[in-house]
Amino acid sequence: MIGEIDLDKAKKAIGDRSQFIHGDTAVAYGALLAGCRFFGGYPITPASEIAEKMAELLPKIGGKYIQMEDELGSIASVIGSSWAGAKAMTATSGPGFSLMQENIGFAHMSETPLVLANVQRSGPSTGQPTLGAQGDVMQVQYGSHGDFAAIALSPNNIQETLDLTIKSFNLAEKYRTPVMLMISADLGHMREMVEIPDEVETFERKEPKVSPEEYIPFGKGEYGKEKVPEFGIFGKGFRTYVTGLTHDEKGFPATDDQEDHDNLIRRQVEKITDDREELTDIERRRLDDAEKVIISYGITSRSAMGALKEGRNRGEKLGYLRLKTLWPFPKHVIKEISEQVDKIIVAELNLGQIYHKVAEHAECEVALADKIGGEVHSPEEILAEV
Amino acid sequence: MIEVNEKYCKGCNLCIEFCPRDALEPAEELNEKGVHPPVEVEDRCVNCHLCELICPDFAIIVEEEEEV
Amino acid sequence: MAEEQKFETEEKVERKQKTGMINAKELEEKYLRKGMMPHIFCTGCGIGTVLGLTLRAMEEIDMDLDNTVFLSGIGCSSRLPGYIDVDSLHTTHGRALAFATGVKITNPDLNVVIFTGDGDCIGIGGNHFIHAARRNIDITVIAVNNYIYGMTGGQVAPTTPEGDYATTAPHGNVEPPFDMSEMAMSAGATYVARWDLTKPVQPMKSIKEGLENKGMSFIELLSPCTTAYARQNKVGDIQEFWEWYDDRTMLAEEYEFEEEFSPMEEWEEIKEKMKIGVLKHEEKKSLGERMQEKIEEVKI
Repeated sequence: MIGEIDLDKAKKAIGDRSQFIHGDTAVAYGALLAGCRFFGGYPITPASEIAEKMAELLPKIGGKYIQMEDELGSIASVIGSSWAGAKAMTATSGPGFSLMQENIGFAHMSETPLVLANVQRSGPSTGQPTLGAQGDVMQVQYGSHGDFAAIALSPNNIQETLDLTIKSFNLAEKYRTPVMLMISADLGHMREMVEIPDEVETFERKEPKVSPEEYIPFGKGEYGKEKVPEFGIFGKGFRTYVTGLTHDEKGFPATDDQEDHDNLIRRQVEKITDDREELTDIERRRLDDAEKVIISYGITSRSAMGALKEGRNRGEKLGYLRLKTLWPFPKHVIKEISEQVDKIIVAELNLGQIYHKVAEHAECEVALADKIGGEVHSPEEILAEV
Repeated sequence: MIEVNEKYCKGCNLCIEFCPRDALEPAEELNEKGVHPPVEVEDRCVNCHLCELICPDFAIIVEEEEEV
Repeated sequence: MAEEQKFETEEKVERKQKTGMINAKELEEKYLRKGMMPHIFCTGCGIGTVLGLTLRAMEEIDMDLDNTVFLSGIGCSSRLPGYIDVDSLHTTHGRALAFATGVKITNPDLNVVIFTGDGDCIGIGGNHFIHAARRNIDITVIAVNNYIYGMTGGQVAPTTPEGDYATTAPHGNVEPPFDMSEMAMSAGATYVARWDLTKPVQPMKSIKEGLENKGMSFIELLSPCTTAYARQNKVGDIQEFWEWYDDRTMLAEEYEFEEEFSPMEEWEEIKEKMKIGVLKHEEKKSLGERMQEKIEEVKI
């Protein structure tokens, strides 16, 4: 079996407690601390440094790194590794993320825990490889065909990138689902001081405590009470059949029945959307007396913070809301805020993606401060929409 | 002795075709699945198991009889 | 153990010693999931035979079912893992080998076996296939080659012989076919064998050798598609179609002999045949062994 999860060993491999590192390295460190012991990679700018760091450090602690032949293969190897018992991840950027959609769908359908770090760049297609964007924030929820509920997190500094990587692994294991960490080239290649945490709280995979005959791999877990089923790791005698076809609770294809499909997919979606409030992680600033609020996420929120300060200096009653959880979409928060303010300004590095979700749930006017081309907004560009 | 499981047999008759000893022949009557399953021709089988190995449907068992 | 049971077991052991195999009913009881038979494959399709031969090979080496994972992609042959009572991953089209790579690297103690078809393996999955072979990862690939996309209704495949008909080659196929075994050999697989199913003992032995080989094993089985291929190409009825494989194949040694010594005219006819036999068997370090050595070297 792959290297045991040993926090002390991981910390030893990482080295100094305080380091001046970029976001890609922070992802790798967070993964090692969370217990990730398998990385299936494929080089792509600006995410390659995650793979490079994992290739360097994983073998030192008994973990495995493999560079696959393409992104179709890297995500597939991660799913295979997860079923064989490892906490596993891959990292990519837009073009690779597009290629991975097929097996991301498989991971949702087969309820496979894994983490995917997407260091976003602009598109469509090859776009601007070295420059940041936030172009995949809808693809993460709507990219693969069919119905599923994504979990996607979006940090805005390097320490938080490390912390949210750990959280991504914990959520993946808790909900038995793929979790996406959405950063961008700006964060991936930006350096800040980071403190390596001494203690790390991890969530360990729930394995079945029943006999193989009683085990329900794709139904309700905890003997019918929870929407997340336990995970029977390969080689432990559960003899689980895992398929991308619509399946019954035991895992066997049940492709012709409307009810079977409905039961399966609704449970898979609801296991995440039922916990929307618990999953929602939001940073709020100056909302008490705000008349207008800037909603942003990731790197853009740093410009939004500048806009907040500048706007307040000018006497605008501005507020600031940052989405650390992009999916499941925190629609309840949008509704609540929109009832308090007159206007919402969504700032993002695309021509309007999360904007549409905000507009769907807001009760007030919603404006878009969009920007593309590889530069982040200046505070002025956001204030222009206020 | 050749046992044929008619529930599994789909009537491809490959067992009949490949038997080197002509120990099987198609039944005259169609069975309820609408196929002519193989039936054994007496005193031909020498227990080579070829039909059992080739049968795609797990429908044939060759049981060896003790020589007296 | 009750007397009766003991007697029954002894009887099985005795038969196994005599014939080297257990019978179809015992195979079903021991290896297949309950209530799955009869299987979904068409009358006269070779995939059921492939399943039977694989299980008999597993029986011969007494494979531990709790420690075995079967994987597959999409297509007729890819439905096979669903029948076997083991952990199994029925993955996306062509990707089984990439999934298998993750499984095997993560837990090298697992026996990892893949069922794939010609379209799945060398069509959509070609890239994963050559790289798995290059790495010599310790897995066994059983590739069912039926020259056509069967499950989707008979479209032309990368293995369809030139001139043959398919629903998407209604005027005859204009492309030359891929030779999967040649590809596996040149890409680096360490055990490669190809057989048709009319001689079942040899492929059974090859599957066994493949399971035992510590590296990438590739066993190509030429399996008649009696519905999609046979209907569009003039190959006669089911029995004639199976016999037809005898004409289109030749033992590798014989083939090579003919290549050297037969007159030009005869050779022109012979050269179109497919070589069968154990085509390659060599010992080489597997990916897992190389990875483990590296871990020992750098671990802290």
